[in-house]
Order: sequence, then structure tokens, then C-alpha cells
Amino acid sequence: MSKVIVITSGKGGVGKTTTTAAIGAALAKTGQKVVVIDFDVGLRNLDLVMGSERRVVFDFINVIQGEASLSQALIKDKRIETLSILAASQTRDKDALTEDGVKKIIDELKEKFDWIICDSPAGIERGAKMAMHFADEAIVITNPEVSSVRDSDRIIGILDSTTEKAQKGEKVIKHLLITRYATNRAAHGDMLNTDDILDILSIPLIGIIPESDEILRASNLGTPVTLSAPDSAPSRAYTDAIKRLQGEKIEITIPTDKKGFFDWLLKRNR
Amino acid sequence: MSFFFSNFFNKKNSAPVAKDRLQILLAHERSATSNQSDSDLIQKLQKEIMAVIQKHITIDQEKIQIKVDKGSACSTLEIDIEVPQQYK
Repeated sequence: MSKVIVITSGKGGVGKTTTTAAIGAALAKTGQKVVVIDFDVGLRNLDLVMGSERRVVFDFINVIQGEASLSQALIKDKRIETLSILAASQTRDKDALTEDGVKKIIDELKEKFDWIICDSPAGIERGAKMAMHFADEAIVITNPEVSSVRDSDRIIGILDSTTEKAQKGEKVIKHLLITRYATNRAAHGDMLNTDDILDILSIPLIGIIPESDEILRASNLGTPVTLSAPDSAPSRAYTDAIKRLQGEKIEITIPTDKKGFFDWLLKRNR
Repeated sequence: MSFFFSNFFNKKNSAPVAKDRLQILLAHERSATSNQSDSDLIQKLQKEIMAVIQKHITIDQEKIQIKVDKGSACSTLEIDIEVPQQYK
């Protein structure tokens, strides 16, 4: 049975799109059929992070409005056969995201894919509400920083009150993913640590992604980090997170990049 | 120089402050968003309590914290008012 996952946060710039790409690619690499959908109408970026920005012909809104079929709008990833992307419209108004339209497309996608991963825009407007509306599970992205935690708390409230599941009296399963985590600063008490964030938000943790240069490198290249640097610390953290998403019980660790003498020397000379 | 050193050694960690501030703020926001009529009631209470106190002493609006905690058996209304120095 296919699962609809929303990647959400409230606050912008915390790593929703990066995470959508990384998790989507990591799941697809295991052979499962995955589609990632951009809900950020007018400010689409998932196509850019996935490296398929020049292949967008039709988008999500075109399909909702019947101007293109779903198979015309789905872009197949060139690196992984089982991964597809559905881009958001760059020109239309976000009001074009109607509840009926989104439902129809998600129902259709459920027949073709195992995982439907919805990349939510920042904020709590229509795009964000529609991205989470039909979700079975939510991954709430939080940075160890006060404004991000506050916004995540708000988003958790909205997940529990306005989604289709909430309206039926059921619950969207929620997972917390902490991104941009700097172990050193947290250990020294200069940054909210994992326990602080868990205490405040009280939803189960699915992973901790350490701050890493590889993330920026991946978006520069237009390749999800789990493909561009599969052995890097953030990729290992993402890979563990998708295993937990599939129900595996793995102890939460914060992977680190092993820094040998040579790395240190090279970095100094760069 | 001595100022620099004392500052350096006494510099408190900022994460615990962040956590405390968030916990207070979110307790307030959660009750406000989960139940609109409750938040209206709290605002009304805050206004009226302010009016009574200001008859006697002048205090800063921001120095008043009003919080409602809803329990299953009973709820508590917590009013925290910081009184200025001269009234101590």
C-alpha cells in the first residue's frame, strides 16, 4: 500500500526541499517507486535541487486544470529509474491548488507509486495546507533554533486539526527530523540539543542530520545528497531515517565525517 | 582586561535560556490556538486585572503573565505580576 508523506516545517530555509530530495532518492535507491511533489506554487525549487529544472514541460497545476495528463507532467529521474518528480507551477496563482484537484492527483499517484512525498512550502497558507491535507505521515523539519521550533509547534497543531485524517478523527503520524545539527555547539550548551527539542515538541524523532558542506554541494550539483555523497554524514543520517520510516528499529545516532590527517591538510590548503 | 576575563568565564550558555523562553511561549500559544474562546477570556481577565491594579500602582503591561493550565480534574489560572522596585 502506498504512503503519502508530507515534509513540512512552517519556517522557511530549514531544509524541506533538501530533505524531500534526499529521502526520495534514498527510498528509490532501494527499488521502491517514489514520486516527489513540489507544492510551492510560484517559488518552485524541488526541480532545481533534483537537477531536472530543464526538463519541466508540464506541472502540477496543468494536471489539476486538465491541460496535461499526469504521465505527461511526471519527470523521470535520469539516475534512478524508480524516482519521479512532479514540479509546481512557477507562474500560476496558488489558489489553483484546489482540494478536489489535489485529491484526484494523489489518488492517481497512489496507483503508480509506493511513496508519494509532498514538499511543503514554508508558511501556513494554502500551499502548505494542501501539501499536508492528504498525508498519512508527516516529517516535521526543525533546526535547533528558537524560531524554527516555535513554527514546528504551530505546524504540529495544524497537522492535528486541519488535515483530512484529523477531520475523520484519525491522526497523521508525525516524525521529527532535526536538520543542520552541530554536535559541538549543542554539547557546549550554545545550541538547543536534541533532548531540549524533543521535550518541547514531544513527537518521536526519526533522525538528526548534521550540518555539512555536502548539503550545499549537492544542491549546487542538482543531485540529492544521498546520491552525490552517499557515504557522507548527512547521507548516512538520511538513510537511517528512511529505514525508520519503513518501521525498522535503529538506534538514533548523529553520524560524523571521519576527518583524517589528509582531509585536514587538504582543507587547509584549499 | 579583568572585565574581559570575567566576561569570558561567566558567559552563560544560551541554549537553556532558549529552551525556557520557548516553553513559556508555546504553553501560551498552544492554549491560544487550541481554544479561541479561552484566549478571549484570558485577554478579558488580563485587561480587567490590569485596570484594578493600575488604580493603585503603575505597572508595565508586559510585566503581567496570565496562564491557564487545563487539567482533567481541575484547571488553574496563574497570574504573575512583577511589581516595580519602589513598591517593595
